[in-house]
Amino acid sequence: MGLTQLAFYVFAAVAVGSGVLVILARNPVHSVLWLILAFFSSAGLMVLLGAEFIAMLLVIVYVGAVAVLFLFVVMMLDVDFAELKRGLADYLPVGALVGLVLLVELSLVLGHWALAGAAPESREAVFAIEEGVANTPALGAILYDKYLYMFQAAGLILLVAMIGAIVLTLRHRPNVKRQDVLTQIYRGRDVELKDVEPGQGV
Amino acid sequence: MEHGGAALIAGVGLEAYLAVAAILFVTGIFGIFLNRKNVIVILMSIELMLLAVNINFVAFSAHLGDLVGQVFTLFVLTVAAAEAAIGLAILVCFFRNRGTIDVEDMNMMKG
Repeated sequence: MGLTQLAFYVFAAVAVGSGVLVILARNPVHSVLWLILAFFSSAGLMVLLGAEFIAMLLVIVYVGAVAVLFLFVVMMLDVDFAELKRGLADYLPVGALVGLVLLVELSLVLGHWALAGAAPESREAVFAIEEGVANTPALGAILYDKYLYMFQAAGLILLVAMIGAIVLTLRHRPNVKRQDVLTQIYRGRDVELKDVEPGQGV
Repeated sequence: MEHGGAALIAGVGLEAYLAVAAILFVTGIFGIFLNRKNVIVILMSIELMLLAVNINFVAFSAHLGDLVGQVFTLFVLTVAAAEAAIGLAILVCFFRNRGTIDVEDMNMMKG
């Protein structure tokens, strides 16, 4: 067994195992950590497939941003997770049934699909992967060229998501003193000297 | 360059990658059923399913020798990141108002 195959089986086993542990872990913090492991091993699979840029993106975006965001929220919310876990066994049979049926269907497809004889030759790659060109420059060349509008739309989606998240979670607490710059600027000339008692304020 | 380039997937065939992606996808669906009350784990299950979709895209991209699959993976990743951010923001907002994240308590809109 070659090194590539060995690497594939290790990454695949770790990805599937940690994926299962994400949904089975009792503590959501552990779930997030297993999710990070699943993303890391999937990034390994992407490297094996020759998609280095996507692999780095998985590590940077998923592990570095999304999973850490999950971690923040899990740790910030003071939720009784044991309470949420109760009644877990009620849904186990239905969930297992649905999962099993789907898995059997997918494995049937995997076992029996075949390309028609002339199909691979009659299909022309839209942007063929060329030998000797690294993955990242090739991807950048078509992303900033042929898919420019899609790329801009993706940026717009992220902008809307950012504004939406800020609008949803921003709240102004009462009884918090803030600096009001406008009031400071428009203040009149009525400057006076006050003797401020320590610990009491004005 | 040969079309259909199965040689681009080194070592194991396309089917092995598709099997991993299928198992991850089913795990995500199973997670939604299993943790029906906990929205955070449901969101993580959705992330797992999107990850499986990404593995499928990249595997076919390598199999067919076509970069477009990887470009599309990029957009799937963008949408997944936006979805996670918005979903968690809604969750935090909901927790502030109700003090719980139980799915069964989410009936404020009386839908």
